[in-house]
Amino acid sequence: MFRFIVRRLLQMVVTFFGATFVVYALMFAYVDDPYQALVGDRPITDAQRAALDARFHLDDGFFQQYWHYIRGLLTGDLGETITGRSIGDLLAQAWPVTIRLALLSIVIAAVVAVGAGVLSGIRRGGAFDTVTLVLTLIVLAMPIVVLAPLAQLVLGIQLGWFPPTAGRDAGLYELLLPALVLGSLVIATELRVTRTSVAENLRADYVRTARAKGLAPKRVIGVHVLRNSLIPVITLIGVDIGVLMSGAIVTEGVFNIPGVGFNLFRGIRAEDGPLVVGFVSVLIIVFLVINLIVDLVYAALDPRIRYE
Amino acid sequence: MTAPLLDVRDLHVEFRTREGVARAVNGVDLRLHPGETLAVLGESGCGKSVTAQAIMGILDTPPAHVTGGQVLYQGVDLLRLPENERRKVRANRIAMIFQDALSALNPVYTVGFQLAELFRVHRGTSRGDAKRRAVELLDMVHIPDAKRRVKDYPHQFSGGMRQRVMIAMALALDPEVLIADEPTTALDVTVQAQIMRLLAELQRERNMGLMLITHDMGVVADVADRIAVMYAGKVVEEAPVYDIYARPAHAYTKALLESIPRLDHKGRALNVIRGLPPALTDVPRGCAFHPRCAYAREICRQETPPAYQIAPQRIASCHFVREVLGV
Amino acid sequence: MSDLGELSRTAGKPRSLAGDAWLDLRTRKVFWIAAVLVVVVLVMAIWPSLFTSADPRDCLLARKNAGPTGGAIFGFDFQGCDVYAKTVFGARDSILVAVSATLISGVIGLLVGLAAGYFGGWLDALLSRFIDVMLGIPFLLAAIVLAQRLSSDPQSNGVLAVTVTLGVLGWTTAARVMRSAVLTSKNQDYVAAARMLGAGPGRLMFRHILPNSISPFIVVLTVLLGINIAGEATLSYLGVGLKGDAVSWGIAIAEAGPFVRTAAGPLVWPSVFLAATVLAFIMLGDAVRDAFDPKLR
Repeated sequence: MFRFIVRRLLQMVVTFFGATFVVYALMFAYVDDPYQALVGDRPITDAQRAALDARFHLDDGFFQQYWHYIRGLLTGDLGETITGRSIGDLLAQAWPVTIRLALLSIVIAAVVAVGAGVLSGIRRGGAFDTVTLVLTLIVLAMPIVVLAPLAQLVLGIQLGWFPPTAGRDAGLYELLLPALVLGSLVIATELRVTRTSVAENLRADYVRTARAKGLAPKRVIGVHVLRNSLIPVITLIGVDIGVLMSGAIVTEGVFNIPGVGFNLFRGIRAEDGPLVVGFVSVLIIVFLVINLIVDLVYAALDPRIRYE
Repeated sequence: MTAPLLDVRDLHVEFRTREGVARAVNGVDLRLHPGETLAVLGESGCGKSVTAQAIMGILDTPPAHVTGGQVLYQGVDLLRLPENERRKVRANRIAMIFQDALSALNPVYTVGFQLAELFRVHRGTSRGDAKRRAVELLDMVHIPDAKRRVKDYPHQFSGGMRQRVMIAMALALDPEVLIADEPTTALDVTVQAQIMRLLAELQRERNMGLMLITHDMGVVADVADRIAVMYAGKVVEEAPVYDIYARPAHAYTKALLESIPRLDHKGRALNVIRGLPPALTDVPRGCAFHPRCAYAREICRQETPPAYQIAPQRIASCHFVREVLGV
Repeated sequence: MSDLGELSRTAGKPRSLAGDAWLDLRTRKVFWIAAVLVVVVLVMAIWPSLFTSADPRDCLLARKNAGPTGGAIFGFDFQGCDVYAKTVFGARDSILVAVSATLISGVIGLLVGLAAGYFGGWLDALLSRFIDVMLGIPFLLAAIVLAQRLSSDPQSNGVLAVTVTLGVLGWTTAARVMRSAVLTSKNQDYVAAARMLGAGPGRLMFRHILPNSISPFIVVLTVLLGINIAGEATLSYLGVGLKGDAVSWGIAIAEAGPFVRTAAGPLVWPSVFLAATVLAFIMLGDAVRDAFDPKLR
């Protein structure tokens, strides 16, 4: 297990430098006028130019620029936005509500996906399974830009079941609808993977053994099949975090939740390059760390990986 | 002879799939006595594994359906027991070991957990006691360093050791009947012999009835008391092991024996059985073996041969028993 | 027993995997629903005038949020534009971007996957690590950064920028699938046989390995079409996608958002069309995958 963790940590370090480098390159490599790339097509003052120079060392070579940027990132110095606000402070204010939203949507997604996935995996081809499959297909077909505004319109405004917007101090109830929207981005795939995985595992030889041991169906499924079936679902969660981050940008924008995604949303609209690069970099770090944790959980669940 | 422990009568199993109905078992009769080893022999697809799983009650339904017959265990028809009663028979009375122990053991739990589970579920044993019993079981099947190895996962054992774990698991609750479905097929030849010896030893100690399912005539000769030869979902011949080797009574058995390479026949062409076993969705009329049989005549195409009692313990379903026996 | 059936079935006339897949596809309801939807959207993208005679850019503030009339069956939005016309014309750039971006991703994915799978060794290690790095960045985050930079030219309508963004970032799954398909078929006996008969690497790769590895790749590309349509809409919604005089479902949804309380139509209709298009490609991908997977047959 120890060697596995070390190897995985090393891998993460490599991916971290690679990913930040790619993002940085996407933003700055081969740009005629890096200042304009950062601020878009708005006019730029000399003071802003100087600030951007200080932050991004735009007069240095590309690799030096990257080095300065990485150093800032690692020391927690994220610089300032175009309008002169500290990106670190913005982030600090935005985190709490986003974390609440993300946790809520992950819990909703996991409970629904695993619960319904196991049920339809057991009775493949049954009525419940058919209905679930059609529903997941519909949800899969709805990009977040469709799902979030429509949910707000129908469930929030027309039916009035949920508050249509949530503020900074939004409680669980206010966050329920956005969390539902965000969660449904990943429910469909998680559910389908659970279903397939349960159906496959039910046919596995070890299930026959478990039944030959005289175990009740509840125990065969709950103890033997479930743990095996969850392994591919767990690995999926790592990818899903990325989907949730992307989804949060639109969801928080639509529901007016002043979280990380909302700030990023506004930063994109305002063509605030430093803010976008700063936020995206931090999100990538979070993404990598969560993926590391997911891999460790995966290893804990599947002994075959641990002892490889 | 004593009353049989297990008495299977006229068992029928079919698989209903979209492609049609496959009659995997078409009226199997088998008896197993305490302390006896019965080998069930046949090519793959002849219904021997399905018969075993029907006795255990672990067939996947659907697609498999038991459509007729009885499985009497000490006089009680298991097929008529309610499921929760039948569950208590499994592992407690009748246990089973499978061919490929790697896939038959759950990969994500330690072997200790999977052994202890039996005591926890069936006997309500405490966690600590169940763990101790698990270690004893591994000791019983001669796994070295059992105390440490209970904490290992199936993939950490060698093939032979894994099959020992399977045996330990099957024998945990002292069953009277053990069904072994090709227990050594997936193993190296040297390991095969060790496993068979272990099985024989444990059977003797416990006076268990052992039903050994195999397609390997070599394995059979060593350990079996009686043999039931299956073809296309039926038992076509049943006899004490010595008799069947000396004088097979069914054309199929005879052909099977002749297809074994023999040292004293070196240089001669090997007799192989022509063709393939029939598809279970389309079993030939009359005697199912007739399209491949050297003795086949018109009657074989028309009439299903009855089971002839040719000696006190010998049954063969062949129209030409006399010709095959050479009398 | 099934071997015999297999033999007799194939003995008559040899059929290719694609031919078998097509025979199988023809019997699937899902495939036909998806195919009809895709064809409708394609026709809409190529000849929008077949569906509406109105001009989506012909907007009159006097008709602001007006209800349906005559040809404008979906009513008018807050700028007085014909919602139906805008929705119909929205298909064009959406399909254009998605198809071109998918082609770009397809070519990159094909080359990277083939090279990594066929040559193996350090090249495979390098390319695989690079794919890992790319997968370490959530797709939309990378797309936002790149699209924002590419679309900084105020004159452009963003079609090229979004196409390049989606195409350059979206090839990783395709490459992975191609790589593992090549790895599998590389070790097949028929490839070894061709090699022994003296086939060079180029011929081996394109005549023997590629045709047998292509089906999972095609499935990924079909699904990618749907993802790219959603991606274009999302980027446009966020303001880093199509812009200027471009007509896009994503822009329409973004613009309608603040006015949903007074007029829901301008939000609902582009949403429905967008979802239906994505749905069509997902279903097509599902159907093609099932048809190409001989194990399921």
